[in-house]
Parts: sequence; structure tokens; C-alpha cells
Amino acid sequence: MKTYRIHALVCAGTQCLAAGGNGFKDALVEELKQHGLTEEVLIVETGCMGSCQLGPRMVVYPEGIMYTRLSPEDAKEIVEEDFLKGRPVTRLLWKQDEKQFLTLHETPFFAKQTRIVLRNCGFINPEDITECIAQGGYESLARCITEMTPKDVIKIIKDSGLRGRGGAGFPTGLKWELANKQISDTKYIICNADEGDPGAYMNRSVLEGDPHSVLEGMAIAGYAVGAQKGFIYIRAEYPLAIKRLEIAIKQARMSGLLGKGILGTNFSFDVELRMGAGAFVCGEETALINSTEGKRGEPRKKPPYPVESGLFGKPTVINNVETLANVSVIIEKGADFFRQFGTDKSPGTKAFSLVGKVNIAGLIEVPLGTPLRTIVFDIGGGIPEGHTFKAAQTGGPSGGVIPAKHLDIPMDYENLPQLGAIMGSGGLIVMDETSCMVDVAKFFLKFTVDESCGKCVPCREGTRQMLNILEKITSGLGTMEDLDLLEKLGNVIKQTSLCGLGQTAPNPVLSTLRHFRDEYIAHVKDKVCPANVCSMKAKK
Amino acid sequence: MESEKIPAVDKEIRKWGTKHESLIQVLHGTQESLGYLPEEVLTYIAKKMNVSLSKIYGVVTFYNFFKLTKDAEHVITTCLGTACYVKGGEAILNALCNRLDIKPNEITKDGRFTVRTVRCVGCCGFAPVMVVDGKDIHGKLTPETAIDILEKYM
Repeated sequence: MKTYRIHALVCAGTQCLAAGGNGFKDALVEELKQHGLTEEVLIVETGCMGSCQLGPRMVVYPEGIMYTRLSPEDAKEIVEEDFLKGRPVTRLLWKQDEKQFLTLHETPFFAKQTRIVLRNCGFINPEDITECIAQGGYESLARCITEMTPKDVIKIIKDSGLRGRGGAGFPTGLKWELANKQISDTKYIICNADEGDPGAYMNRSVLEGDPHSVLEGMAIAGYAVGAQKGFIYIRAEYPLAIKRLEIAIKQARMSGLLGKGILGTNFSFDVELRMGAGAFVCGEETALINSTEGKRGEPRKKPPYPVESGLFGKPTVINNVETLANVSVIIEKGADFFRQFGTDKSPGTKAFSLVGKVNIAGLIEVPLGTPLRTIVFDIGGGIPEGHTFKAAQTGGPSGGVIPAKHLDIPMDYENLPQLGAIMGSGGLIVMDETSCMVDVAKFFLKFTVDESCGKCVPCREGTRQMLNILEKITSGLGTMEDLDLLEKLGNVIKQTSLCGLGQTAPNPVLSTLRHFRDEYIAHVKDKVCPANVCSMKAKK
Repeated sequence: MESEKIPAVDKEIRKWGTKHESLIQVLHGTQESLGYLPEEVLTYIAKKMNVSLSKIYGVVTFYNFFKLTKDAEHVITTCLGTACYVKGGEAILNALCNRLDIKPNEITKDGRFTVRTVRCVGCCGFAPVMVVDGKDIHGKLTPETAIDILEKYM
């Protein structure tokens, strides 16, 4: 095997590429040629490293020196100073609060994180299965199918307390057990990669950075429930993730890790991709099933639940990307290892995309139960430009806001609902005083009005009426009765809609009404928008 | 149907088969080759896959991704996801529309440009973001830098 003196890990996640990462990599390749270093320095293109706002990024091993905000012009200096003379280029290092950090692990951004799901993201080349295998990839699958019964596998997952990371938090082991008990010659595993919440890109980063972790999780799920076929339903908006998954599936098949008779056993499992076509509702599992069958993505009535009658009427387990990426670690290290992190009822970690008005936006992973304050201020470095924290929004169009007075809330499945917010899939949008909460509510309502599939009346008509009222309020025509009506209507929609989209659509309005009622009242009574966002055209 | 469109459709049907579950994937591939899904193509797919045209129309119109009419030469997509929204995505949209003198989703008279919105491209660390022609992502925009980028394509 060929060895190299230096490994240069260049982030090739969507965001770093968008920031010009390819230009830097090309320049680096050119400089290495010019200096005759191509035999000594290996460039590895990795998935997302996390601190997306500081991209394009590169980490240089063996020291682990991290360079940020790279442009093609920087390549020459890095090669001549660092690669040839061993002197780090200090002007390109991570700087924060007048300190500079040589490696990623020293930064406050990284220090408070625990990486299980993102263990390989940013450290391996996702387009080369051997790098994944070298990190222990597919070892858990091998153990499951050679040493364990499906019941053993289900028991470990149940004992670990892993809960669905798509948002609802349903216990994964229980779901698998229910599917395992179904008697059917055909069962399916579906990976829900239809990450539709605006402001959320955790799943995309995992698929781009470590696709095999998801494939391995699916195969283990397949073994546990008795399924031989899996589908990954992925958004068409994620071309790079689709490309890397296609490569990963091909390489896994060629290595005998997917397909017929995996590793010489009689267990067979294969995975196919299905592209979504831009409908938010398809993240809802029954709508997703319809879409995977090539139909309009309208939700179905539950029960029957997908574990009883799902894809093509067969028992189907639908798990989120992040849930599946946890599986092989739990098998490898055991339920007790997993339970070290997080809380009793919400064990493990959660990936968040920390974005909005925060100094260091990016992809993070923390133990469940980590206080919001730690996430926003320690990891995210606080609010930029002297502004103050006003609220954080979780759960996208199904979620709610967490106001400043609750900054110490532990982020887990139990505490968030008490504030009228939800865990959601992991989008965490920080807002400062320049955001108007009525306008934020209107923003989400517009989204759900557009994305409501139209099948059931409460969601189709109700969200439209709520939006009309919000339009009235933000243009200065609202009355106090409108606020009560919003609440009443919201509760009816929640109770009577067919699927998760409608049942959660009023949340952004109800939650802002609960925590920022003053702001609504200012719009209605004083006809002013305190954050100066709404036009208030009809102002007296 | 114009004969040059047939191979594009046939290729997809060969790849995905004629089972009804393949419909969305066939439509994806066909649109990628042709840029949109004209009526004659849908009629052809209906015949080949033995699905009624109305069913196909129902699917095509359900999903935002599919287009029944020809697109502009350059499609500029501004992100209005939450992160872009709190960082001024709407101002970017308005600036682009004003510069091109169109409303969102309209195509300029010369057929060269259209401005659309998208619900998140997942580049939230670089908000606000726009994507040109589905591949060139530009981030940390201001209305001025957005116009500069647009003008490079004009």
C-alpha cells in the first residue's frame, strides 16, 4: 500500500463547493505538481466538516491543522510554507474572540460536540468504500448476520433507547419488532431522506459525507425485520448526495456487502434510490410510500400503519437517515455505550443544522438534553454584530419557537413539547431582535399553504384562513378577536387533519402567539411592528 | 411526436421498466434530457407504460419539480428557506426580479431568464443563497452582489 507524508482533507460538501472549494482544490493540485509533491501529499475529498460558514475548509494531517475560508490564491502559500517547511499558515487558521486555533478539536465549536452520527463526516472520502471499511464500516452488519439472530439485533436497538430522528421520536427497536412479527414473504425498509424542513441539512450532510453508514443501517434493519429490499427516498434537490449514494451502492454491491448472499451468508439485501420531485408532504411516511409507488404523494389513512401494510401493501419499516446512521455504532459498541450520552428517555446524540443569526453557522452534533444556550453561545459563538438573541426555531414548519427566557432548556424529546416546540428533524434557526415573530409565523404558514397536498379540508382550507388573518395583522388591520380566532382555528386544524403536515401546521403560529403575544398585540392595537419588518400598509 | 424526443423517453423506459411505480423516475429522466415535459411526450409515456394520461397529468402537476412548459435559458433560484429568510432572502428575490422586470416564476420576454424560489437548498451556512441553472450556488449574498452575478449571465 502506498503511504503519504501528508493527508490533505479538503471538504467537498455542497456548501464548501458552493463557496468555491473546487477552485481551491484545483489550485492545490496544480501547486503540488509544480513542487513535485504529488507522491508525498494525498488530497482526500471529504464530506461536510461542519463549520460551514468558514468554508471552504481543509484539514492537514498528521497534525490536523485546519485552514478556513480558502481561496485558490492560498494554495501556493500552504504548499510552500506548511507542506514544504512545516510552518502553519497562521493567517488562514480559525480565529474567534481574538484567539486562534490550530486544529479543529481545539475550537469551542468542536469541543462541546459528541460525534456519533457524524463520526466519519469530514474524515473519509465518501466515494471510496475502503476508507469507510478502514473506519470499521460494515463490521456491525457482518456481526449481525454471522453471530446474531434478528431478535438479538432488535433487543440491542430496543435496549439502546434509540428514537426516530425524523422528528416524532418513535422508538426504533419497537418499530423493528412490530415489523419482525408480521408474517409476509416480502417486507421493505425505506430510508426517509426527503429532508424537507427549510433550514435543515443534517441528512444531506450524512449522505454526502458517509453514505455507507446509512446503507449499513438499512441492511441491519433488513436483517432484523426480514426484509430483502430497501429504498432510499431522496429529495431531487440534493444532486451531490444522490451521486455519492449511487457510487456507494455500486461499491457495496461489488464488495459483496449488498446484494445476494451478503458475506457468503444466506442473507440477501439490496438498496435502490427513488428520487422525490419537490413535494414537502412526501416526508410524511404514508405520502412517501405513495410517491415511492410512482403516485401523487398524498398521505394515507392510519391505521393500517406502514409496519403492517406499507409499500405495495407489504410490511414496511421507514426510518430517517440519522436514525439509520446510529445503528451500526449501537451494534458495535453496545446499548450501554449509547446510553452514556443524552438523557434517560432521550439517549444518544442529535445532529442539528445551526443556522440563522449566529456567528458560526454549521452542522453540529450534541448529546440530547444539551441546553440551547450551550448550542447557541458556546458552539455557535453567539449572535453576530452586537445583536441579541430573541428566539430559536426548531422543527421547521411543524415546530415552534423557544424564547430567550428559556435558553437553558435541555434540547430533547420531553422538554421541547412543553414549550410548544418540537425536536423535529434538527433544523435550528437562531433569530435576533431584527426578526418579527408575526412575520416568522406568516413565513411558515405560507410554506404550509403552498405545500398542503389538498386532500383533507382542515389543512387545505384552514391554513389558508390562518394565513389570511396573519396577512391582515401584518398590514395593520388585525383585531384582538383575530388572535383568539387564530388559536381556535389552529387547534381545530391540529385535531382534525389527516396527516402530520396538517396536524402540526398551526404550531409556528400557536407557539409565537404563546411566547410573543405582546408582539401580536403591538401589531393589532398600536399598529406597529416592533421589529420593523411588517409593512403595516394600512397604518392609520 | 417530434422524432428527436422519442429516444430520450425510450432510454428512460428501458432503464426503469414499465411498472407504474417507475413513473416518477421516468418523468425525472425525461425532463432532464428535454428540459420539460410537453404534452406529446406525456401521451407517449402513457401509451408505453399503459397508464392513463390523466393519471400522469395528476402526478406531473402534484410535484413542483416537473414542468409542462419550456423553461427560460437561465433559471435563477433564490432560496427562501428559514435561514435565508432571516438573513434577507426576500430582498435578493426582489432585487433580481426588479433588475429583470419580471415577477417570480415569470420568464423574461426574450426567454432568457426566470427567477424562482425554492424552500431550502441546504446551504444555510451561506445564507442567503441563490442557485443559477441548478448547479452554480452563490452564497452570502447582498442585493448588489446578486445583481453582479446575474449580470455575468446577461
